[in-house]
Amino acid sequence: MSAPLTASAATSAIAPGARPVTGFWRRALRHRSFVLGAVLSLIVLGAALLSLVWTPWSATDIDIASKLRPPSAAHWLGTDVLGRDIVSLLLVGARSTIMVGVIAVGIGLSFGVCLGLIAAARKGWTEELIMRMSDFTFAFPAVLSAIMLAAVAGPGMVTSITAIGIFQIPTFVRVTRGSANAIWAREFVLAARAAGKGSFRITIEHVLPNILSILIVQATIQFALAILAEAALSYLGLGTQPPQPSWGRMLNDAQTLLFQSPMLAVYPGAAIAIAVLGLNLLGDGLRDLLDPRLARER
Amino acid sequence: MSVFFLRRVLTLVATLFAASLIIFLVLDALPGNAAQMLMGADASPDAVRALTVKLGLDQPLTVRYLLWIKGMAVGDLGNSYVYGTPVAGLIAERLVLTIPLAIMSMLITVVLALAAGIYTAANHNKLGDVGVMSLTQVGIALPNFWFAILLILLFSVKLQLLSAGGFAGWDDGIWPGIRSLLLPAISLAVVQAAILARVTRSAVLEVLREDFVRTARAKGLGKREVLWRHVLRNAMIPVMTVMGLQFANLLAGTIVIENVFYLPGLGRLIFQSIANRDLIVVRNCVMLLAAMVVTVNFVVDMLYAFIDPRIKVSNL
Repeated sequence: MSAPLTASAATSAIAPGARPVTGFWRRALRHRSFVLGAVLSLIVLGAALLSLVWTPWSATDIDIASKLRPPSAAHWLGTDVLGRDIVSLLLVGARSTIMVGVIAVGIGLSFGVCLGLIAAARKGWTEELIMRMSDFTFAFPAVLSAIMLAAVAGPGMVTSITAIGIFQIPTFVRVTRGSANAIWAREFVLAARAAGKGSFRITIEHVLPNILSILIVQATIQFALAILAEAALSYLGLGTQPPQPSWGRMLNDAQTLLFQSPMLAVYPGAAIAIAVLGLNLLGDGLRDLLDPRLARER
Repeated sequence: MSVFFLRRVLTLVATLFAASLIIFLVLDALPGNAAQMLMGADASPDAVRALTVKLGLDQPLTVRYLLWIKGMAVGDLGNSYVYGTPVAGLIAERLVLTIPLAIMSMLITVVLALAAGIYTAANHNKLGDVGVMSLTQVGIALPNFWFAILLILLFSVKLQLLSAGGFAGWDDGIWPGIRSLLLPAISLAVVQAAILARVTRSAVLEVLREDFVRTARAKGLGKREVLWRHVLRNAMIPVMTVMGLQFANLLAGTIVIENVFYLPGLGRLIFQSIANRDLIVVRNCVMLLAAMVVTVNFVVDMLYAFIDPRIKVSNL
């Protein structure tokens, strides 16, 4: 009884009228911003994966003798002030960026979704409390909470991941609760309740599957925000610490050399912008594809 | 009005108290002994104890918290652990830079965003709309500190029009000061404007579809008149919500941007205080920033009711 109910409810909420999976991909490949976003995101992901097995040079070995070289056959984008190969630094930097993003969004997603689901399921003062708390967390932007944490725990990757993750929670709480409330008002939830299911089972079997597409879209966009925040914190020296390469850190190093090697300040920033642009476009595309009713004006 | 207002004020006060408690607990209770951190690991125990007493850190947690709250109420924030001068004075010196910077970038943001948002909505799906919207998509993806560095590259390194950093102060009149805040304000504003432009555009488009717009057109008002007189006022609600939230980002952004341009503002003060382990300064600065964020959102909430009287009723 419960299985077919869930399945039909899920498909009807995500896309009215059942549609084979191949249809999704056919539409996806025609969606401009989805394709562009997916390509850009895959480039960044590919760079991160590539850096695990191969980089043109070591990203940590210092070679002062060949510092600040212009681009050449050996060093495609030249070298930095410590003689490290820029391409290698960018590749390894992609890995740090993705790692911080995944963990921070993971923190925000797991806590935020749980709290949002509880708020929608319990209502009353539980909901009020959770929502007031999430409103309150908005008073501490990621950079501010990272600064506070860095002041007591010392700067570092863990500090910045924690701060960014905490800042992500309220957004997920709001999105989860808002969309979960809409599902709770649907007839099939009433039917499930009449069939004797408790709040917990309804949440897991009906509410969560139906808001999954919205959460995926939100997670993509939050990933982009996490990358921006990580870059800013690393730039300030509060995030990823040397010798671990990171794009924000590279920008900080490059700023002192603006007059000698201006291009050093261009590459890492472009890398950040590509990653963020890719994820944002991917999120927009997914939103259109997964839930046409949510499609924004374009 | 009064019930609505009272509820909001109570929420504001409660939020400020909660914020102060969190900030105090994170910064004062966790790190163990601020005096030890200040003097380093190899300081003699006697010296550390003397400093602990001198800073008042030997008192119980609750007493120190209440003293801080009381101090904030009367404007006495205590003395900096490092400089020995009153924290309130240190902060006031820095606000002279940070507040004008925040206002300048908010102004630039609003002007750019409203112009772009209204233009694109009025030219929906035309070439200009697609072009400007693509630009905003790129704008959102730019890290503001990288954009700042690019502006320095263009205006200071290549064109040599503006200085790459530092603050001229307000002593020689207002222009030198504004000049040195121009690049920082622009780099903060452009990214925010990209977001706000998109919000403005979709808000205006939404209102344009309403029945009363058709009615206004039917009774003979021109397109332009309808847009300015009827649409904009109704589209302002979501725009203002986002503006309020953006102000928080903007303040956080000043911390980063002040470091890019070596501006002696609040953000740089916080930053230096962390390096100096001057926790009392960090605590008050963070509190001030959090309070500004909360207060701005409160003001936005109040403005809603002013712009759209329906909100008061539904929130009673």
